[in-house]
Amino acid sequence: MTISVSMTVNGKTVSGDVEGRTLLVQFLREQLHLTGTHVGCDTSQCGACVVHVDGQSVKSCTILAAQANGTEVVTIEGLADGATLHPMQEAFREHHGLQCGFCTPGMLATGYDIVRRLPDADEARIRRELSGNICRCTGYHNIVKAIKAGAEKMSAA
Amino acid sequence: MTPFAYSRAATPSEATGLGRDGASFIAGGTNLLDLMKLEIITPDRLVDISRLDLAAISETPEGGLRIGAMVRNSDLAADRKVCDSYPVLAEALLAGASAQLRNKATTGGNLLQRTRCYYFYDTAMPCNKRAPGSGCQAIGGATRLHAIFGASVHCIATHPSDMAVALRALDAEVEVEAPEGAIRRLPLSQFYVLPGDTPHIETVLAPGDLITAVILPPPQGGRQTYRKVRDRASYAFALVSVAGVVALKEGRIAHASLAFGGVAPQPWRNETVESMLHDRQPSAGLFAQAADALLADARPQKDNAFKISLLRRTLIAVLNELTDADQ
Ligand SMILES: Cc1cc2nc3c(=O)[nH]c(=O)nc-3n(C[C@H](O)[C@H](O)[C@H](O)COP(=O)(O)OP(=O)(O)OC[C@H]3O[C@@H](n4cnc5c(N)ncnc54)[C@H](O)[C@@H]3O)c2cc1C
Ligand code: SF4
Ligand code: FES
Ligand code: FES
Repeated sequence: MTISVSMTVNGKTVSGDVEGRTLLVQFLREQLHLTGTHVGCDTSQCGACVVHVDGQSVKSCTILAAQANGTEVVTIEGLADGATLHPMQEAFREHHGLQCGFCTPGMLATGYDIVRRLPDADEARIRRELSGNICRCTGYHNIVKAIKAGAEKMSAA
Repeated sequence: MTPFAYSRAATPSEATGLGRDGASFIAGGTNLLDLMKLEIITPDRLVDISRLDLAAISETPEGGLRIGAMVRNSDLAADRKVCDSYPVLAEALLAGASAQLRNKATTGGNLLQRTRCYYFYDTAMPCNKRAPGSGCQAIGGATRLHAIFGASVHCIATHPSDMAVALRALDAEVEVEAPEGAIRRLPLSQFYVLPGDTPHIETVLAPGDLITAVILPPPQGGRQTYRKVRDRASYAFALVSVAGVVALKEGRIAHASLAFGGVAPQPWRNETVESMLHDRQPSAGLFAQAADALLADARPQKDNAFKISLLRRTLIAVLNELTDADQ
């Protein structure tokens, strides 16, 4: 059974035909070619696939494209303003918040979400909020630093 | 995932009708989709209930709280009334999963999440819960996560929800709408069924029954806490957990409700323990007796005898915290 879905992705209206079982992350990557959102575990654990749906951070491997029909989705591609990096992206670059970069799209989506919900989050809180995002490379210290710096940049912006 | 037909229900009665005819409900999907990917559950029809108008939290005429079944775990944990009057519930929710999952997980779905028994997830293994009659690979196998109370020779799995443990201590009720529209309310104590020789049946719900709300009685007062002990400090299921609500009056325990997670096929409660504490002065001796009474019927498996001493220490720590005169 195919289902027609339409949603706003990074400010643009998009539509397409999907199967019932098509995941949002598959729709984003394979049909819209927005390959910035990664799939690490495909079982809701790792957080590489985090995007925002109607302003909430969610794991796009654990939501059907059909469930996202009619929503507003923001992916990593929607964070920068043209060639200008988002302050959170800038902070990750400055603070070496990434090594291989695989987890980074999800870390940025989560980092941005943490700052939006909890602009004054301290280090312990940031660490707690990051529990759904796994990184094999950095050991997290620089990610936490980057999110803290990103928070300062975002409030200054 | 095997293919399935997908539709969104516009009303509860549309959902219950389709459910009676064999469709599965999907709410947040955070448990169901994982199980479908592994083909542990293979519905041919999925009804999306997440847009039903059941996402409100409101006060009941009695002064309690009505929590719509579609209220997301993140919204429930942040609700002012929950934080003020039922903090054990907010703490339990925040001790579970991760922010992104709580943003999707719903109140109804959380109650109905399936066990985390390793063998239930492995379709190459026998499992009476997944494939009734095939046997239980956990018995005699790896049993670190398994039950010490309420298990049977057919299944020793635990219920993984943190939220349900807090709701059990708060004497919550579940409101259910049946396919013909009848609405009933049942105490959470009568919602889950023990595995017995039918471990694939986990609740009293019939096909098509839709959870529409969870109802909390008026706040009991007293102090509340949720203590979860797990292998990692975050993002892991409970090895044991204790939800406690204790009120003191003139130095005596006027009221204690205690529910236990990670140790049984359902949130566990023991009224004998609570009545032992009633109208007594808090003391180390009393708490030790309460722990003895609780653990008298514990039946460990090969790998989980540690849960007996862990639960004892966790219960005593919770009772100390909730009765500490200096706090
Ligand atoms: C990585 C990970 C870590 C987790 N850690 C924890 C943890 O530490 N503690 C914890 O408690 N939980 C944890 N969870 C589980 C999580 O809390 C549940 O997946 C979630 O609460 C399920 O809610 P849902 O709305 O997504 O349910 P769904 O997946 O949509 O549904 C679950 C089941 O309930 C049924 N259902 C849903 N709503 C209704 C309704 N209203 N009426 C009738 N049937 C209904 C569905 O048909 C399905 O069978 C974790 C999950 C993941 C993926
Ligand atoms: S404990 Fe229950 S869920 Fe686990 S293998 Fe045995 S029957 Fe299956
Ligand atoms: S790919 Fe979605 S959480 Fe890992
Ligand atoms: S930078 Fe490699 S996984 Fe995080």
